[in-house]
Amino acid sequence: MFDLVWLIPLCPLIGSVINGLLGKKIKNETVIGGIAAGAVFCSFLVACGILFQLLSLPGEERVFQKTIFTWIQSGTLKADIGFLIDPLSATMLMIVTGIGFLIHLYSIGYMHGEEGFYRYFCYLNLFTFSMLCLVSGNNLLLMFIGWEGVGLCSYLLIGYYFHKKSAGDAGKKAFVMNRIGDFGFLLGVFTLFWYLGVNHNVWTINFVELAKSADLLVPGAVVTTVCLCFFLGATGKSAQIPLYTWLPDAMEGPTPVSALIHAATMVTAGVYMIARMNFIYIKSPTALLVIACVGAATALFAATIGTAQNDIKRVLAYSTVSQLGYMFLAMGVGAFGAGVFHLMTHAFFKACLFLGSGSVIHAMHHALHHEHSDADPQDMRNMGGLKSKMPITFLTFLFATIAIAGIPGFAGFFSKDEILWQAFANPHHGSANLALWGCGAVAAGLTAFYMFRLVFMTFFGQTRLSEKAFHHLHESPWVITVPLVCLAFLSVVGGWIGVPKILGDVLGGFPNYFEHYLEPVFAYSNAYVAQHAHGAHPSHAVEWGLMGTSVVIACAGIGLAAGLYLIAPSVPEKFVATFPVLHRAVYNKWYIDEIYDFVFVNPCKALGNFLWKGFDVVVVDGIVNGVAAVVRGFSGILRYVQTGFVHNYAFSMVIGVVVIVGVYLFR
Amino acid sequence: MTIPLYEVLILASILFAMGLACVVAWRANVIMMLIGIEIMLNAVMLTFVGGSAHWGIAEGQVFSLMIMALTSAEVSLALAMVAYLHRRKQSVDTDDFSSMKG
Repeated sequence: MFDLVWLIPLCPLIGSVINGLLGKKIKNETVIGGIAAGAVFCSFLVACGILFQLLSLPGEERVFQKTIFTWIQSGTLKADIGFLIDPLSATMLMIVTGIGFLIHLYSIGYMHGEEGFYRYFCYLNLFTFSMLCLVSGNNLLLMFIGWEGVGLCSYLLIGYYFHKKSAGDAGKKAFVMNRIGDFGFLLGVFTLFWYLGVNHNVWTINFVELAKSADLLVPGAVVTTVCLCFFLGATGKSAQIPLYTWLPDAMEGPTPVSALIHAATMVTAGVYMIARMNFIYIKSPTALLVIACVGAATALFAATIGTAQNDIKRVLAYSTVSQLGYMFLAMGVGAFGAGVFHLMTHAFFKACLFLGSGSVIHAMHHALHHEHSDADPQDMRNMGGLKSKMPITFLTFLFATIAIAGIPGFAGFFSKDEILWQAFANPHHGSANLALWGCGAVAAGLTAFYMFRLVFMTFFGQTRLSEKAFHHLHESPWVITVPLVCLAFLSVVGGWIGVPKILGDVLGGFPNYFEHYLEPVFAYSNAYVAQHAHGAHPSHAVEWGLMGTSVVIACAGIGLAAGLYLIAPSVPEKFVATFPVLHRAVYNKWYIDEIYDFVFVNPCKALGNFLWKGFDVVVVDGIVNGVAAVVRGFSGILRYVQTGFVHNYAFSMVIGVVVIVGVYLFR
Repeated sequence: MTIPLYEVLILASILFAMGLACVVAWRANVIMMLIGIEIMLNAVMLTFVGGSAHWGIAEGQVFSLMIMALTSAEVSLALAMVAYLHRRKQSVDTDDFSSMKG
């Protein structure tokens, strides 16, 4: 089964090529969607096979490399088209293919009747291919190919409705932001390659070989630089401060795209990359601290913005940014396993939430369309009371919301609680731990608040639609609800494979399968920490206390949301009236976009305008036009020589002959 | 009696100068220019023949024969062009054909 790993990325690529080249001729939506979803399903089957084979091996043997051919061989640089299978990449393969398949299925229903249906599935398959390259490549360059590929597909899919200017702009913004991060990623690759090569004569970009030579990485400025360069790449791709602003704008794309790319898979690439390179990061406490702080700050910051947005998808977008912040917090405190666990559970419930919101938007769009109303189908202020009309969507959405809010028993609780606990108890950051935990805990409360605010505004209370439009609301077809149910099921039970030890002990020795399963990947880091870092080990009572606190905070968030948006809906308005400045600042996302425009975008535009009008037009064009003008001036004089009279030419020939003969004779 | 080489050369020079003057000065008629060219070529042939006789080498005379052949070819082409030009403008005045002016 391991030998078939190349099929995993290949199937979506073939699907993409077929739909891209022939889709326009095929026309039949079922066939196009079937090809695309079928290709991903094939990958999913292979990924399942690989996972089972991997699980049948003992822990320390769970690393397998499959080289297809040598891609680049130049001096000391050697890069293969090769795949790496270990517990981490197998997990990612399962997430990408599994959720990817559900979202492909969902898209068939959601994109029904859209212009460019085949184009959408071509891009979506191409994205899946790139993402699978990213997570299964066995060297940094192949990962970079995937890294760039997903960025490209993200751009294409955000700008899917390219006739809308806002969509085109959002695509460009995402692309430019990602380019900044990619620049950091490349610098990281170069620095790492150079450092190991020059100092230790280990010229490699292969992950397995890098991991073997982890001991050669001496903690210091260079290692920190490498880590921070890679982390810059991660902030771009995974929408962290300071490069997060593209993600909320990316909601211009179709909703399944938001679910697949901007919630479940692509944005987690940064987390995966850091987990993959954990043996380098563990050597640099400075880089870990930066990551932890950025993660915690992003988690809190994005959560505050999420509380005041009215667009259903924007709330989810800020929620995604916030949850990604949690994952980076986990990475920054050295809890790589917990971060990857949260990546997985988040993929379940956030994909479910996005697809649920897509189902709502789909229904709202049709209802409003019937009424010829031009109200915004994504604005929660137009919704309300949808639960009776869309019971499946409502229930799945509710389960996913409970999961993200961190209610015990659901997936989000286990992963989020583990991260918060590690933030508090890790041996890396000393006194900063409390602040990190505090940020995470407050963000958890805010998460519970804004998610339930969303649920209450959308599904509960009196509808704010007109009676006729409300009458036209209906539940989505099965291709949409089946993925919702699958994902909701995973959101509910998915956490039980990673039950924290303290809870597992109470439950009668229930093991933490997931952590145990990922252990070989992080073995080096864990051993390194055990050897070098000596932090306090807080007691079980503290752990229970923190767990209780986070549950209480989550419940408080839910309670507040219920109070404000169910019981006393007039309070938020009063609150807004009392603190207009605060509300405006939060509603306008703390004016970060405006600040970026002022500090970076406008100066760049001014510089570009100057280079255009001041340098290009005056200097470059001036030189070119000047040369032309001089030639023209001279030829204007010289043209009089060409009289057109034969005798003039004959005469000039005679003179020429005389001169030549004269020179010859009197030389 | 042998004619000394310099006398031959003087005659050739006079012929060449006349032909050249004809080409440069007689612009009213293309045919006259052609005749001038022919005269210049004859002057050249005369030089060849004179040289050949003086040094007793046959190549000069062979060359003259070749120039004759070449001239006849040239004249037949040139006259065809003159006929064509005449057909276009009903004139053989060279000044009428100056449309290639820069």
